[in-house]
Amino acid sequence: MSEYILQVSGLTKRFGGLVAVDNVSFEVKTGEVFALIGPNGAGKTTLFNCVTGMYKPTLGTVTFNDRDLTGSPPHRTAKAGIARTFQNIRLFEYMSALDNVRLGHHCRMHSKLWDSLLKTPFERREEQAIIEHSMELLEMVGLAHQADSYARNLAYGQQRRLEIARALATDPKLLLLDEPAAGFTPQEKVELMALVQQILKRGTTVFLIEHDMRVVMQASQRIVVLDHGEKIAEGSPSEVRRNQRVIEAYLGKSA
Amino acid sequence: MSRVRDFVRSNSRNPNAVAYTIMGLAALFYPAVVQFATGGNGDYLVGLAADGGIYMLMAIGLNVVVGFAGLLDLGYAAFFAIGSYTYAIVASNHLGVTPIGHSLHIPFWIALFIGMIVAATAGALLGAPTLRLRGDYLAIVTLGFGEIVPRVFRNAGVWTGGVPGISALDVPTLPGWFQGPWIGQDFAYVPDFRFTSANLTAYYVLMVILIAFVVVLVHNLYNSRLGRAWMAVREDETAAAASGVNTVSVKLLAFSIGAATSGFAGAFYGAKLSYVSSDNFGFDVSVTVLAMVVLGGMGNIPGAMIGAAVLYFVLFWLLPNAPTQVESLASSLGMNWLTQSTPNGWPGIAEEVSRSKYLIFGLILVGIMLLRPQGLLPSQIRKQELKHTADLAPAVK
Repeated sequence: MSEYILQVSGLTKRFGGLVAVDNVSFEVKTGEVFALIGPNGAGKTTLFNCVTGMYKPTLGTVTFNDRDLTGSPPHRTAKAGIARTFQNIRLFEYMSALDNVRLGHHCRMHSKLWDSLLKTPFERREEQAIIEHSMELLEMVGLAHQADSYARNLAYGQQRRLEIARALATDPKLLLLDEPAAGFTPQEKVELMALVQQILKRGTTVFLIEHDMRVVMQASQRIVVLDHGEKIAEGSPSEVRRNQRVIEAYLGKSA
Repeated sequence: MSRVRDFVRSNSRNPNAVAYTIMGLAALFYPAVVQFATGGNGDYLVGLAADGGIYMLMAIGLNVVVGFAGLLDLGYAAFFAIGSYTYAIVASNHLGVTPIGHSLHIPFWIALFIGMIVAATAGALLGAPTLRLRGDYLAIVTLGFGEIVPRVFRNAGVWTGGVPGISALDVPTLPGWFQGPWIGQDFAYVPDFRFTSANLTAYYVLMVILIAFVVVLVHNLYNSRLGRAWMAVREDETAAAASGVNTVSVKLLAFSIGAATSGFAGAFYGAKLSYVSSDNFGFDVSVTVLAMVVLGGMGNIPGAMIGAAVLYFVLFWLLPNAPTQVESLASSLGMNWLTQSTPNGWPGIAEEVSRSKYLIFGLILVGIMLLRPQGLLPSQIRKQELKHTADLAPAVK
């Protein structure tokens, strides 16, 4: 494993005349918590979409684990080891919590069409193992008791955690969390940070977008700040906090 | 014994298990009951059920495409046609009259699977460029495909027999067959058995076995990683892709498996009718099968089967027989004036009913959908979806 799990260089995404992400470069180190912050509309989610293959970057490259993944479709980046959650939760609402997590294992399963058609012993064993592993993940995010509930019937915080469990089911090396603490109570935020630590211990690097400065400053080792699609700062939380351009971007320029 | 009791107890509240049991028992006793009720003249009704089985197979296959994966396929009959024509070409004298000049007589049991594979390939070929489209576009493309395929068969001249089609197809054969009192005949072992229109019970038995075979396979698929991926793609394609599902290939598989089932049914249809013609694969077939799936309960295998059985019964028994039934009802009530035609335009009750056949059909469809909008036997998911939309409706107002 190389020092940098993710290298983004010269990444640009244009929608017609709008430049959503403008020539952004940074590296995420293996095993750290890396944060991406910036005012609304700065291009944070667009950048996530470019990394995970939802969008094809206009220019620039995305290198994951020394492998060029620029423009790979999402299922390929997932298979390579990048998982993500969504800012506005996207669960399979009418599938049970357990089935949501089971689905996350899809790209790590080896049953072929014939195994499924004939329900071979191999397929049965694999499904059984997947169910057990899914229950472990549900346990980890504190949803084991809700395994049979429809995802849509879960409380808001539970849905966010279920989405993380589903992402972890793809066995990622890098987990992208898009505003994981949005709408959380202080207590839930503390729990979330504990969960992030657990995820790190499993050997998964965490890359998150977050608005809550307390979460960002506490949880992350390094931060990149975007404004109007451009990278305006990069560094440790304390460096970023003192950066004049960051203060201006968030609070406006003093006259 | 207690095991049986436990099994019954644990499944008696599962509507699907109950439905499968009832359908299995009904399939088992249907020929005997029909023969008994008609005093040995029930062959027609048994054959009708075998034909209905063809629609049931198609409904199971379309349910994979529409119900599981959520892809609207309006040209499903095209694959049925491809299966039938494939059977006709590989199992008759037809290739002898084409420029190839050498006829093929592949046995039914193998030709059935050739029909299936050719249809699945056609499904994959159509799906590969079109399944990147979302929603309505796919419906339009499949609609077009459904219109094109029968026309190609009609106009391919000597290769497909043109307008008259291909006739005198091979019938299935078996080294031996049992007949007996359960179908109102003497018990006997028949060596070198040929399926003919004189023995429709044999087709019926074959159909029941084929349906059971397909149901087991599709049921296995539904409960596998592929079935889960279909559900996920139907619910949220973006989230499914982000979770590592190759959405295009998963949709392509749904499309091909649906096409394969239809081709399978088509090959059987060709063999039973011993004749194929491009007139039998129109848009009405596609729509009928779609109606069976929707009415039965989208996304649920026994639901689609029950929908097929109910609609087939309405379309091919109830409606054709309705005029005479209504007429005899009217005369037995002493209302003979209803049955006669009058000079001022009343054509007589039988003719009137016959003319309004599709009005009655439409009313039946509307009636069922009003009473059970989720379908006769819906999937649990579908039930939940409809419940939630109903809960939301007042808030929208």
